[in-house]
Amino acid sequence: MTMIADKTQAFYDAQKMREDFPIFRQLVNGKPLVYLDNAATTQKPQPVLDALTRFYTKECANIHRGVHFLSERATASYETSREKVRHFINAASVQEIVFLRGTTEAINLVAQTYGKTHVGAGDEVLISAMEHHSNIVPWQMLCDEKDARLRIVPITLTGEFVFEQYKKLLGPRTRLVAVTSVSNSLGTINPIREIVRLAHEHNVPVLVDGAQAIQHMPVDVQALDCDFFAFSGHKMYGPTGIGVLYGKERLLEAMPPYQGGGDMIISVTFEKTLYNRLPYKFEAGTPNVAGGIGLGVAIDYLESIGMGRITMNEQDLIAYGTRLLEAIEDLRIIGTAKNKASVLSFVLDGIHPHDIGTILDKEGIAIRTGHHCAQPVMEFFKIPATARASLGLYNTREDIEALLAGIRKVKEVFR
Amino acid sequence: MADLRDLYQEVILDHHKKPRNFHKLEHANRQADGYNPLCGDKLSVFIQIENGIVKDIGFVGAGCAISTASASMMTESLKGKTEAEARAVFDRFHQLVTDHSEPKPDPATMGKLAVFSGVREYPVRVKCATLAWHTMRAALDGSNETVATE
Repeated sequence: MTMIADKTQAFYDAQKMREDFPIFRQLVNGKPLVYLDNAATTQKPQPVLDALTRFYTKECANIHRGVHFLSERATASYETSREKVRHFINAASVQEIVFLRGTTEAINLVAQTYGKTHVGAGDEVLISAMEHHSNIVPWQMLCDEKDARLRIVPITLTGEFVFEQYKKLLGPRTRLVAVTSVSNSLGTINPIREIVRLAHEHNVPVLVDGAQAIQHMPVDVQALDCDFFAFSGHKMYGPTGIGVLYGKERLLEAMPPYQGGGDMIISVTFEKTLYNRLPYKFEAGTPNVAGGIGLGVAIDYLESIGMGRITMNEQDLIAYGTRLLEAIEDLRIIGTAKNKASVLSFVLDGIHPHDIGTILDKEGIAIRTGHHCAQPVMEFFKIPATARASLGLYNTREDIEALLAGIRKVKEVFR
Repeated sequence: MADLRDLYQEVILDHHKKPRNFHKLEHANRQADGYNPLCGDKLSVFIQIENGIVKDIGFVGAGCAISTASASMMTESLKGKTEAEARAVFDRFHQLVTDHSEPKPDPATMGKLAVFSGVREYPVRVKCATLAWHTMRAALDGSNETVATE
């Protein structure tokens, strides 16, 4: 991997990047792997795998505890990763970077701490109709407990956030807005900056579900001015079981702890416990040390390519894929927003997505079929499920062409 | 594509396109709903039992080719059977699509349902093939809970 500055128009060689990902060195059902399920999880490049092996082989120790050599080194690596995350999303301070299991835990944390202390009976939490279950259920649980109301910003038939309705729904009882940056089932990119600006006019904080954004576009939390931003390591070429909650320091400071245990305290007596400073207040117990270190290496890898260039390549593939799929008779693309990232969701007349998935799998093509943990979206479009191809940095036009050929085969089987 | 045809046999595709007994039963005295959250398949099975015999059976719902065809062929195979026989066919069908032991269950004992033997090679599709059957059994049991195969 050579360092290439973001602004260069250097040739983007996805085929070459594939060589960094050992998973592509195998055949699936006797065919080269065409991996188009990146919204579910991304594959891991060699440097990330090496970092995990190195940690467990040579550096394994608990952190923030021992005075011994290994513990100090592990602590330093883990905290270096935190700084890498801070830099990657341009947070103001590492104190604003909380390491957790993933996006789901991050959202639950905010619901159970900020939510519990700020949402009361008759108050409202505002989400959109295109949310993943993980940005619906934690709020539903909170609203049930507090006798508060969950309100939904509708989407259009193209899968876009209805801003006019959002304006109307934001009111004196709104305590929090929680919205996805990129829809996992439709690919829609939401106008987060405008959503945040309007919420702030009402003094309402905004949580952004960044699980499907962080790997596809540059993210600057200060420019977005969002109050919380949640994402997962495994969807950005890092390990599973590690994720991040960014929160503005002022808000995190005022929030009660999430879980109690070791590492989140300064001192404990049976009478009183003093909580640790940020971000450790929210990191009870031994964290996913290897995962955190691996995530830092994944960020190095992404920065060595440049997020801007990754965006450009994926945008080219989205446009190319949309054009090819649109030309297929009886195929309907679900989610046709003007601004989209990564996702090509579709249905075929008379052929269930599950059958599409099985036949494509035989061709070595991995896609996701189902409701994508977004059942309300499926209900809105009156379909039980979709077939979803989702892109990553190593995908090429050849992958899209393989998908097209696979869909033709599906139609042949069902003719 | 020969191995794909093991799964998507012509008979299965035919029942998928033109499901038989695809309607509610006016005089059903047994009914149950089935749901496969993995793929969103939903169906309801209606049975009219008279003197312990499946006098009529129908289903409605939406699902993949495997689940629709399985439901359709199930209704054809169970009409006229006693309740006990229907349960026995359930057991044999379940074994047909899940059993990896050798020798394999003899498809000849399954009649037309033998076309589903290819499902065995697709573990994630077993739930599609068995959804209607689990729902049918729940209907016989008089269970009011939606059957979920996941």
